[in-house]
Amino acid sequence: MNTIIFPIVVVLIIGGISGVCLAVASKFFAVKTDERVTKVREVLPGANCGACGYSGCDGYAAAAVGGAAANLCIPGGAEVAKKVGEILGVESGEVIPMVAVVHCSGNSNVTEYVMDYEGPKTCLACNSFYQGRRSCSHACLGYGDCVSVCQYGAISIKDDIAVVDRTLCVGCGMCAKQCPNHLIEIIPATARAFVACSSCDKGAYTRKVCKAGCIGCKKCEKSCPSGAAKIVNNLATIDPKLCTNCGECAKQCPTGAIQFCMPKIGTKA
Amino acid sequence: MKGFLMILVGAVLVNNFVLSKFMGICPFLGVSKKLDSATGMSVAVIFVMTMATAVTYPIYTFLLYPNYTYLRTLVFILVIAALVQLVEIVLKKFIPALHSTLGIYLPLITTNCAVLGVTVLNIEENYNFAESIVNSIGAGIGFLVAMVLFNGVRQRIEGNDIPKTFQGLPSILIAASIVSLAFMGFSGVVEGLFA
Repeated sequence: MNTIIFPIVVVLIIGGISGVCLAVASKFFAVKTDERVTKVREVLPGANCGACGYSGCDGYAAAAVGGAAANLCIPGGAEVAKKVGEILGVESGEVIPMVAVVHCSGNSNVTEYVMDYEGPKTCLACNSFYQGRRSCSHACLGYGDCVSVCQYGAISIKDDIAVVDRTLCVGCGMCAKQCPNHLIEIIPATARAFVACSSCDKGAYTRKVCKAGCIGCKKCEKSCPSGAAKIVNNLATIDPKLCTNCGECAKQCPTGAIQFCMPKIGTKA
Repeated sequence: MKGFLMILVGAVLVNNFVLSKFMGICPFLGVSKKLDSATGMSVAVIFVMTMATAVTYPIYTFLLYPNYTYLRTLVFILVIAALVQLVEIVLKKFIPALHSTLGIYLPLITTNCAVLGVTVLNIEENYNFAESIVNSIGAGIGFLVAMVLFNGVRQRIEGNDIPKTFQGLPSILIAASIVSLAFMGFSGVVEGLFA
């Protein structure tokens, strides 16, 4: 009996003494943390996307109490900015809602595969192997590295390329950081027209490799009333700040490279 | 006295805990990137090792030996965990800069086999109390030497043009194995030094 009781007692006593010592130490050596940091952290979305520029939501909560602007959280939007402003007792600025756009429309209907890729099924791995498996080397690889980091389920693979659902996208930017071809851009949600192509190759070559690629014909540039559409280096670009959402460029585009979306619910489009 | 010196030099060079015994590799690889966090971590490890030995040796000798030696691992881990938590609380209060630099690596000292390794090896080698303390101080200093040396190696490596497959951890691991091979050259030194 003694051989059972003695070890139990010993270990219990050692555990008890350690517990008491730690409790006493944590009382005496306690460090005062500003409780506003925990309050701010609670109202933040918790996606840890880094769009605010700090290391995750904890980092932004600490920085906000330390004096950073209250409107830096893009996924949280205007509501979170207001709540953070209330906790800190400051005026929260305006938050511009952002969305992600994929600058590629090379799905399985308009492009072909040039290889039978049997490596690891991630975009990063496929891209490092002769620039990917599609006929256009700048194309979306379709393995969904962006899908796996999106915490809002806003991006998905349809017909073999990534497509953003504007109603779900909050513009946090995690997909943009993940894409190895840098095809995803975060733009203000008010801009409904964007160029779904990233190929700077000459028009004739682009036409061969992708039926929906931008051939640099300048029809959008000529038809744009506000000068937002420009051709730079054989590729069309639309400046979201100048775009008036008239939709002319999308109508004029012969290949369908320019896409014109429905307005995001809740924005003044 | 000579015995103590032999143990000390042995623990630092010949039987270096990181490079010869391969204990404590996780903080070795993780914290050796920056010199100040490497030295801070090593000092914390020296402190924890010495205190752990000072507490566990009497517990073993007077409570567990000879009937309950099977409780050794359990009791030692309990004591070490409590000690590391204490170190973390004290650090947070008095040296908050070091606390935020070390961050996650402080709890890692708890599960770090180097600390448990020192306490158990003191028992296995049948050292008396004074020799155990010297051994654990030596082990901590050996950890410091290994970390600081490897930090230097790492700074040299990361300035270079490394092939993409080897960038990051692979090159570091290869470098660590080469450094540990170099430390093999110290075997046999201790007997010769104090002969």
